[in-house]
Amino acid sequence: MSNEPRQKTYETAAPSTDTRDARMGEGMDDRFNSKLREAFGASPFILTKFDEFMNWVRGSSMFMLQFGIACCSIEMIHTYAIKHDLDRFGAGVPRASPRQADVIIVPGTIVSKFGPRMKRVYDQMPEPKFVVGMGSCTISGGPFQEGYNVVKGAEEIIPVDIHVPGCPPRPEALVYGVAKLQERIKNGESSPVVVKPYELEEFGDLPRDELVQQLADRIDEEDLVMRYNWADSP
Amino acid sequence: MSTGLENGLEVSEDDLETLIGDRALDREDHVNAPGFVVRPDQVQEVLTDLRDEAGFDHLSCLTAQQYENRYESIYHLKKYADPTQEVSVVVPTAVDEPVSQSAAPVFRTADWHEREAYDLVGIEYDDHPDLRRILLPDTWQGHPLSLEYDQEQPQVVTLSEHENPVQPDHHDTESDTMFLNIGPHHPATHGVLHVKAVLDGETVVDVDPDIGYLHRCEEQMCQSGTYRHQIMPYPDRWDYVSAGLLNEWAYARAAEDLADIEVPEYAQVIRTMSAELCRIAAHMLALGTFALDVFGDFTAVFQYAFRDREVVQDILEDLTGQRLMFNYFRLGGVAWDLPEPREEFFEKTREFLDDLPAKAEEYHNLITANEIFQVRCVDTGILEPEVAKQYGCTGPVARGSGVDYDLRRDDPYGYYPELEWNVVTEDGMDNYSRVLVRMQEVKESAKIIEQCIDVLEEWPEDDREIQANVPRTLKPDADTEVYRAVEAAKGELGIYMRADGTDTPARFKIRSPCFHNLSTLAEMAQGEYIPDLIASLGSLDIVLGEVDR
Ligand code: SF4
Repeated sequence: MSNEPRQKTYETAAPSTDTRDARMGEGMDDRFNSKLREAFGASPFILTKFDEFMNWVRGSSMFMLQFGIACCSIEMIHTYAIKHDLDRFGAGVPRASPRQADVIIVPGTIVSKFGPRMKRVYDQMPEPKFVVGMGSCTISGGPFQEGYNVVKGAEEIIPVDIHVPGCPPRPEALVYGVAKLQERIKNGESSPVVVKPYELEEFGDLPRDELVQQLADRIDEEDLVMRYNWADSP
Repeated sequence: MSTGLENGLEVSEDDLETLIGDRALDREDHVNAPGFVVRPDQVQEVLTDLRDEAGFDHLSCLTAQQYENRYESIYHLKKYADPTQEVSVVVPTAVDEPVSQSAAPVFRTADWHEREAYDLVGIEYDDHPDLRRILLPDTWQGHPLSLEYDQEQPQVVTLSEHENPVQPDHHDTESDTMFLNIGPHHPATHGVLHVKAVLDGETVVDVDPDIGYLHRCEEQMCQSGTYRHQIMPYPDRWDYVSAGLLNEWAYARAAEDLADIEVPEYAQVIRTMSAELCRIAAHMLALGTFALDVFGDFTAVFQYAFRDREVVQDILEDLTGQRLMFNYFRLGGVAWDLPEPREEFFEKTREFLDDLPAKAEEYHNLITANEIFQVRCVDTGILEPEVAKQYGCTGPVARGSGVDYDLRRDDPYGYYPELEWNVVTEDGMDNYSRVLVRMQEVKESAKIIEQCIDVLEEWPEDDREIQANVPRTLKPDADTEVYRAVEAAKGELGIYMRADGTDTPARFKIRSPCFHNLSTLAEMAQGEYIPDLIASLGSLDIVLGEVDR
């Protein structure tokens, strides 16, 4: 190691203004020159509301939950994979843990046994969170709507922002759905909850009807349960 | 005692009658096989005799159903050496006390089957090691495929914590066991499977696959659809990784036998070609996800596999109009002829086939020649052939254990007998062999497709009959029963149907290869390390849509 001052390093690390000046031409104010400046005119400041800014950020960088249920998940994988490449739209980072995700794509049929699990996964996601329902199954139960075990749409369990119809929807359709979601997020819109979703509740809190009486010695009071009232389903 | 019959030699009906003797209360023949009615307390005896004396070593399926006046369990037996030899053992039980002897001590695979029969139909099996619900939640009320079930009744489903099942009798001062839930939402389970594992350090002590998170009532749906048009869309959704046409063929074959329909040869060629395209797509997915499981390769191998799937899906879309849920087969043929201009279609398909050898080479370099991959797969997840047979394994899983069994050759259908191709087997019995089998099967499928294209190109234009003349409303005769299987992507996919004279089946039962293959997981994983459990699960290549139906 020599004791020479590291002049060379300073030089290389300094901003190389030569090329920039050449590109800009003469007589321009080099501090604030940018595309944005062109867009906003003479004032070097952008005025925006903080929440609008946040909405823009949210919509432009979405972390999706890696969540596969049924047939639609195959087309969902194709949407992430080569050729369709959802990442082009700032939404292609699948996270394995719900705690790191802000969007959940629900790709398939939800059955009674899976309902409580899906609710749990959704609850684990941090706010704000968004849901894309993929396929007819998440709209109404799809081809399995009349099944004894099938939940008649994802909205019976969690609120859904965007429905992508199809059985299965093509990858292009899912890309469109995600793009639409981004648009809504940027505009700060959120979906109204139209049906009262099934909740996870403590078994002890259920009204003591005949069914609950029957199960009383098999389920603990504190256990979380989901009660399906099939007769009330659409 | 050995009679030399276990080698697959022909057993005549008379031999069977003598063997079963007066334990047979009655005969009840099915379209595919002779059927013997036996008493509910003689099931084990009869099945043991059929297995040991007559060589019926493959319990292909168990169908349970309820009639007005009785419950019935049907054991569909076959031989691994010759699956065209079949026999059905019919066990009726009383309505007020549906209890029948369990077959689980004779065939291990009966364990899961009988749990399913108990769960959905409500028959109880005496002497069963662990009779509890398998598909529906434990707290479910009623048995949905029984006649008096009320679908409107409310149900309560729990989200319970799981206890360590071996804790009470596993008190080791040196070590401690740990309970680990894998799934139902987990990237390595290929869908919504829940594996309850107990670990001692890193070693797996106990595994219990908990299924039913995708039980979407496929059998009920098929029972309420009409034969001619309404059932065909559902098979696409059993094994949904683009294997749709293979599944449709299972239904088509069973229904065509039931209603006695001849399929024109031209349609058979198209069926054979398109089904093998599906097999390639399905095996590609298996390969890509397996690479993802064992060495976390989301970049190269996974994306390459999906690139190739896109090509296959394009071809299939040209042919059927859909990328995944084809709904292309019809009873008696296929929906429409090849797309025009035919030359373009042939050219596109040939191009894909021509590229395939180079791609296969690439996969070999990337996957099977990869050192990490070999360390993870060679000699892990051992499945002995005898064990595989006990569990009713078929398809690449069985062939990776050296069981030379492929229905396309052994129980021929379609256009396969006219073509040149080989059944691939490997003797390694491990995760590595199962992958090798799939990779080689892709090449065999390519051979089949190539020959089919040759045949189709030569086919005279005025003789292109794509569908037989099938009545608009199909009502097979009452009380005809059939059980038929085809070689799907994952193995033997069988359908049992009973007609009752109407235009919908009275009972529709699906024999899923994945259901059987998955049941071996405990055998393969116990005593191995937890990462090997994940590799074994991946190498079984299950699709939950088909496991849970
Ligand atoms: S919408 Fe169709 S493709 Fe999607 S999960 Fe449901 S059945 Fe499968």
